[in-house]
Amino acid sequence: MLYLLEFSPIKPDIGLILWTTIIFLLFWGMLGKFAFGPIKDALKKRDMDIKSALDKAAEAKSQITNLEAEHKALLAKAQEDRANVLKEANETKASIIDEAKKKAKAETDRLLNNAMLEIENQKKKALTEVKNQVGSMAIEIAEKVIKKELAADKNQQAFVSQLVDDIKLN
Amino acid sequence: MRKIIIFNFLFVFVICFQSAVFAQDHGHEGHDHSTHENHDHSTDDHSTHSVTADSHDNHGAEAHGDSHHGHSEVICGVEVDHSFEVGKTAMHHIGDANVYSIGPLQLPLPVIAYSNDGGLDIFSTSKFKADLLGHGDGHAAYNGYVLHEGSLKRVAPGQNFPNGEVKIAGFVPKEEIDAKGKKKEVMYVCDFNELYKIENKSTADAGLFGGGITSFYDFSPTKNVVSMILVTLFLGFVFRRVAKSYKAREGKEPKGLQSFMETFVVFIRDEVAKPFLGNKWEKYFSLLLAIFFFILGLNLFGQIPFFGGSNVTGNLAVTMVLAIIAFLVTNISGNGHYWKHLLAAPGVPWFVKPILIPVEIMGIFIKPLTLMLRLFANITAGHIVLVVFVSLIFIFGDSGQNVGGALGASVGSTLLTLFMMAIELIVALVQAFVFTILTASYIGAATEEVEHH
Repeated sequence: MLYLLEFSPIKPDIGLILWTTIIFLLFWGMLGKFAFGPIKDALKKRDMDIKSALDKAAEAKSQITNLEAEHKALLAKAQEDRANVLKEANETKASIIDEAKKKAKAETDRLLNNAMLEIENQKKKALTEVKNQVGSMAIEIAEKVIKKELAADKNQQAFVSQLVDDIKLN
Repeated sequence: MRKIIIFNFLFVFVICFQSAVFAQDHGHEGHDHSTHENHDHSTDDHSTHSVTADSHDNHGAEAHGDSHHGHSEVICGVEVDHSFEVGKTAMHHIGDANVYSIGPLQLPLPVIAYSNDGGLDIFSTSKFKADLLGHGDGHAAYNGYVLHEGSLKRVAPGQNFPNGEVKIAGFVPKEEIDAKGKKKEVMYVCDFNELYKIENKSTADAGLFGGGITSFYDFSPTKNVVSMILVTLFLGFVFRRVAKSYKAREGKEPKGLQSFMETFVVFIRDEVAKPFLGNKWEKYFSLLLAIFFFILGLNLFGQIPFFGGSNVTGNLAVTMVLAIIAFLVTNISGNGHYWKHLLAAPGVPWFVKPILIPVEIMGIFIKPLTLMLRLFANITAGHIVLVVFVSLIFIFGDSGQNVGGALGASVGSTLLTLFMMAIELIVALVQAFVFTILTASYIGAATEEVEHH
């Protein structure tokens, strides 16, 4: 017996149309409200967050670059300053030492001169004293001699004193 | 480039998944089905026969056809051939049903039917006393309704068929010539006495595909409806969880299920919604996602062996509803520019307009029509091929007469089915994607703002 095929899926069943409409509309409505909508918003928010985070990162990076440049400049300046300070200090040091040396030399010279002068003076003083003492001693000796030999010899006395005068202690 | 990489990834994923899951299942199915089929065609027929013989002697002259080709029985004096036919099996498997089949189990579903003469009837298909492990033929009629091959049918009015529960002997197909002189198969039910003509449920094809309005309307939650409810509930549960984890893990990276689903959501957003809808993408995003996941979910659900194998997206009613929704959204959101181009065709020479404008207007309807048919044809074709490949076992096994042939064919059938199922998984993804991207492109064309030059 011949069976004609019954191709039922191509015959749209009214009940199935109705059920599909209800189920699909409910599915669309419910999931749109409670799932797809929130998911879409969450994804959008996350994308925006990522974008703003990236922007912020780029900004921070540029700021860091700026800071680094500033930092470098500051460092260079500090180094220069340090070199200058060192140089100045060296110079000062040298000049101080020089000056000190000069001062010391001058002082030494002065002290030496003073000492020489003092020595000279003392020498003169001592020599004068020695001359005086030697004179007085000679006079004493002469006096005694003369007293003994030439007690009243005036001419001789005058001659002697003239001689004593002539003796110069050089 | 990116699309290709995504498709390649999905392809590999699908193949691995397939091999892991179905290599086992399919070997099993082949075996299981062949034994089940044997049981069905011998034991079942005997039981029907014994009932027939016991209660009504006038049907006792029953012969079991010839020993080789198929089994036949005599119901109400007509010899009915029960031998295995691939085409019939395939059509039965891809059709909707008023029972839910898990493997060979036929679970009863509620019936909500309305007829002009009998009014509203609400009952369960368990009233039909169909075998729990059968092919969905009821052994009883209820209020004039019968269950034939898993689907609800009704005794045509005006035949004095009794209301309430009536035991029936079986169904008898007859070839008749209708008013237009065309050959047509008409199904009869035998209540152990007489044959009564039965009718299919009303369908909305206006007789185009052999259906049409009959004496009753079936609003039952059928196998397809139950599948749709299961899939949408599952998807609802999954997406609610995903949405919650977006809230809970705000400012953190996606994780687990959330990150898996995000791949699809972001894919639809970046490859479908944004390119076609421009800055209006957000308004239509949930529709696109709903269409994509509804189709994908049902396509994949129909691929699960033993679990109904529902051919939901391969049913014209379902794709019709989706196409109508796409059509309505497109034309409701169409702006002035769209309608002006459609109805006035500015910038086109006057003599082209009489051709172009009707073509454009036809285009409004042809676009959703192609959406409807493409999805329907792709999924139905896949299901038919799968059933045919599995049927090879019964063809070579000679309906249980040739065990060697069945064993040999089951190896070949398993390999072919495995291959086909891998392809079907790709088809499931591609068709869901194509339906979504075309809907987006139609809406995009209708809402496009063009600056005039």
